[in-house]
Amino acid sequence: MTLEATRPASAAAGSPAPRRRSRRRLSPRLTPYLLVLPAVLLELLIHIVPMLVGIWMSFVQLTQFYIRDWTTAPWAGFGNYRIALNADSPIGRDLLHSFTITIAYTVIVVAVAWSLGLSAALVLQSRFRGRGLLRTMFLVPYSLPIYAGVITWSFMFQRDNGLINHVIIDNLHLSDSPSFWLLGNKAFVSMAIVAIWRSWPFAFLMLTAGMQSIPTELYDASAVDGAGVWKQARYITLGMLRPVNVVLVLMLFLWTFNDFNTPFVLFGPTAPKQADIISIHIYSNSFVNWNFGLGAAMSVLLLMFLLVVTGLWLLLTRRRSHHA
Amino acid sequence: MKLRLATAGLAIMMLSATAACGGGGSSASSDAKTLTYWASNQSPSLAEDKTNLAPVLKKFEAQTGVKVDLQVIGWPDLYSKILAATTSGKGPDVLNIGNTWAPSLQATGAFLPFGSSEFTAIGGKDKFVDAALKTGGAEGKDPTSVPYLGLVYGLYYNKRMFADAGLKPPTTWQELVDAAKKLTDPAKGVYGMAMEGGSYTESVHFAFIFGMQNGGEPFDGAGKPDFTNPGMVAGVKQYVDLMGEHKVVNPSAAQYKNGPEAPGDFAKGKAAMLMSQNNADNTLQADGMKSSEYGVVAIPMPDPMPSGGQTVASFVAGINLSIFKNTKNKSAALKFVKFMTSQQTQQTLDKPFTALPVIKNGTVNFTDSATEAKAFQTILNTQAVPLPLLPAEAAYETNVGNAVNTLIAQAATGKSVSDADIKAALQEAQDKMASAG
Repeated sequence: MTLEATRPASAAAGSPAPRRRSRRRLSPRLTPYLLVLPAVLLELLIHIVPMLVGIWMSFVQLTQFYIRDWTTAPWAGFGNYRIALNADSPIGRDLLHSFTITIAYTVIVVAVAWSLGLSAALVLQSRFRGRGLLRTMFLVPYSLPIYAGVITWSFMFQRDNGLINHVIIDNLHLSDSPSFWLLGNKAFVSMAIVAIWRSWPFAFLMLTAGMQSIPTELYDASAVDGAGVWKQARYITLGMLRPVNVVLVLMLFLWTFNDFNTPFVLFGPTAPKQADIISIHIYSNSFVNWNFGLGAAMSVLLLMFLLVVTGLWLLLTRRRSHHA
Repeated sequence: MKLRLATAGLAIMMLSATAACGGGGSSASSDAKTLTYWASNQSPSLAEDKTNLAPVLKKFEAQTGVKVDLQVIGWPDLYSKILAATTSGKGPDVLNIGNTWAPSLQATGAFLPFGSSEFTAIGGKDKFVDAALKTGGAEGKDPTSVPYLGLVYGLYYNKRMFADAGLKPPTTWQELVDAAKKLTDPAKGVYGMAMEGGSYTESVHFAFIFGMQNGGEPFDGAGKPDFTNPGMVAGVKQYVDLMGEHKVVNPSAAQYKNGPEAPGDFAKGKAAMLMSQNNADNTLQADGMKSSEYGVVAIPMPDPMPSGGQTVASFVAGINLSIFKNTKNKSAALKFVKFMTSQQTQQTLDKPFTALPVIKNGTVNFTDSATEAKAFQTILNTQAVPLPLLPAEAAYETNVGNAVNTLIAQAATGKSVSDADIKAALQEAQDKMASAG
């Protein structure tokens, strides 16, 4: 592609002298392409090619007998999809269950993380002593490496010597018997708490940044018109933050829906059924039965679902902003 | 001109990088004088594994002139790393595998089969203990792995706690349960039995052992999964009831999954008994327990034996050695396997790795307790059978193991586990095997 671009230049060159001149003229035009070339190639290599391979994998029976030489794997057609989507079979039923759990998890985590982020950003909008310190502290969960943060939580959730049970039983005397935070129904609660803790600082960060760009004149003008704090927050802050929120909620949704780190670090390769969200579910399915075809089919279904949701969300929010 | 050259060069470089990733390369070391060896974690830490193996590998280099590039890989990563190596074709020359994976890994076709010439090169088939050799691969095929370290399950008991309660080591399962009940005192945080209740491998091992005792078999004659036969259900119940009905296990043990937690409870006197493989000695002693403070007997059988029940106190556990098929150093790799399974090396390594010898005239030397050595050797020789030698074995381990873990969690959180619950969980595990087939 880039070789092609240089050809007319050299072909047009009649004698050595103009040739040098013409190249000097052309090279700046070429430079941007050269600069993005590695990025384009790497993007192809890192994202597009594996994605295409994944889609291909979902149509073959890639089991332990064929992983050594993928090309010999027999064509499965839509077989993998049929297994994954058949809600009567245990695999399909589990996938559906996992999908429902993931939706609940995503809705709860995004709603709470966004509300916390917004509240904190609103509180820290006005100047007061110690604001910088609070801002920094609020960002700590986001700046910690994921693994370190989540493993600390998993220690706190331990039944025998975890901090949570210690506080509940020994300090607050709310219960007599220690509960399991990483098994059974409470596993879902624990996972959601950790995910909220991890993602709300990002909401806070984005919203704080968005609030910086709201002109103070707007607040002044609205104050003259008689708007109180609540009305200002509702109509000016939230109104001006609309574009930020559209992107922020979408990002939080995608991250949470695809969350792998939180359940993996809390529970290991197989999560308890109550907290078996989709990405860890697909992971354990591919690696448990060495059936990468089936795992790939589930991943493609997940990808399609997320594409549809993202498309709808963008369409919906764009249309509404046109009406506004 | 310069610019065009640079552009072309850059493009070619990028493309060749892409191509290199796509093409299946060969094994790691192409130099005939170097072997890459992946060792599993057999000592309390990866670093200690390196220290334990270093002198042995140096000796091999002195003997043959072949240098061994050692990588020690932890158990949580080993399986997926082997899988990745199988997929990419870029693997070590020689590697350790958990012997129960042998038939599954054999089915990938990525490993060198040991035919008669290969066996001759490593010193003959006959030098290995029969039970251990059987784990090398599926029946009727040339095995793709040979035994290296021998492990079996035994029942560890705390001598002082038993003496204080006036108890003798149990000889039947009922005695074991009674003793465990007598030794359990939740108020003091002391329980009769330690359990690694969140470990799917431990769970499937006991589901298998107790299932066999109750007259069950996980696979039928045709090699199809048959997890829900009454024997298998009774076997799972026997194990889960320790936590549920008998309440002789600390409920927290439902979360133990890394390996050292249950031996830790036993070593600290928080549990009076522990069912574990002989390499628990490592952890017990690291936790400060002396070999004179615990005794070992075979895991006892129900009395009377259920109909069709077999006297199985363990499966033949252990570590096998495999050679990657596309090694460039086949002869050096075979020499290395011969060296690692020689009597001298076995004797050197059995001690730090607390393993049983897998060769016929080997002596047990990982423990200074003669009775313990005898107990483990008797279990291996007379009461141990291999896990099913089928390609679906790895999937059996994970599906059934996880099903049993879920039941243990259910029991730990105070919900009773009925036969119907067990059957339903096993049925689901079986259906998953079938539709993933």
